[in-house]
Amino acid sequence: MGLENVIAEALPEVLTTRLDSLINWARKSSLWPATFGLACCAIEMMNATTSRNDLARFGAEVFRASPRQADVMIVSGRVSRKMAPVLRRIYDQMPEPKWVISMGACATSGGVFDNYAIVQGVDKIVPVDVYIPGCPPRPEMLIHAVMMLQDKVMKESVRDRRDVPEEEARQAVVPGTLPVTDGSTARQNALPESRPYTIASRHERRRSS
Amino acid sequence: MSEQLSTADTTPSPLVTALQREHPEWLSEVIYAFGETTIIVPREHIVAACSFLRTWPEGQFNFLADICGADRGSEEEPRFEVNYHLFSTTKYHRLRLKVVLNEEDTHVPSVAGVWRTANWHERETFDMFGVIFDGHPDLRRILLPDDWQGHALRKDFPLRGYEPYSLK
Repeated sequence: MGLENVIAEALPEVLTTRLDSLINWARKSSLWPATFGLACCAIEMMNATTSRNDLARFGAEVFRASPRQADVMIVSGRVSRKMAPVLRRIYDQMPEPKWVISMGACATSGGVFDNYAIVQGVDKIVPVDVYIPGCPPRPEMLIHAVMMLQDKVMKESVRDRRDVPEEEARQAVVPGTLPVTDGSTARQNALPESRPYTIASRHERRRSS
Repeated sequence: MSEQLSTADTTPSPLVTALQREHPEWLSEVIYAFGETTIIVPREHIVAACSFLRTWPEGQFNFLADICGADRGSEEEPRFEVNYHLFSTTKYHRLRLKVVLNEEDTHVPSVAGVWRTANWHERETFDMFGVIFDGHPDLRRILLPDDWQGHALRKDFPLRGYEPYSLK
């Protein structure tokens, strides 16, 4: 419409889009997680980057040991009270924009460790964007959470300043309560047959047959 | 399992009889149970007993396997105990020393000068039970955070702590 049509006719090699869409697309396509393996969930987090699960398909395979080079902090495992100030400090060292995935029952709510030594949920320390249930979650669930986070990133705007304290309380998405996408892309790319979300592994197929 | 574990095996080990002959004031009580020997040592003799047992030719307890505290409960008197698990890598035998403490006076002389590994074990016992080791070179908390209130493995410490944790 209007200006877009004029530009499209005059300069056919130029594409126009919203700046938010372009920047969010760039951000979501290369999420660099900060390594924060705390317990057994970290094994599943490592497994998500292997050749079998291949988190690199979604641009989130570059795990960084330095928080200054990371976008996403995947808190995988139970957070002890002694680790809590360390975790907060690493979160503060990450540059904006930054997101947090709380992986597993322990990071989300303390899990079975309802005692003095474990923080009852990492959201008491840092704002969490996506929670993953499970003990531990499968790598597919972590990939699902990354995809949900990508969907959340696409809804943001560069005008939303996130590095102010009031903006810290962000809206969290619990898996299963919201669809991963709004469905428009899925309808466009709809295949005639329905595909399962994960391909059953060999022993699962053997058990079912 | 034909072999029955005896809780009241009163056969004195030759180690204890030899020790009793040389230093009878160190052995306020000797307990034989489950094939293990426990000597309750008065608090003021624990450093002398440990340094003697380490170099004693019949003992040669050159390895301190563990120091751990125990809380028998606030209604018990004496309430606390400190257990020293000794092992000899040359003689291949074990011995447990025990110091019992009242709740009001939880001071024990440090054996960090005898075995260097006692340094961290005593810090852990202080951290969890509040037992104060006199003469310890660096008696700080080791497992719990530095600003922790109370001692976590005491029986009267609440399981969920005194207040929920939050940085906000």
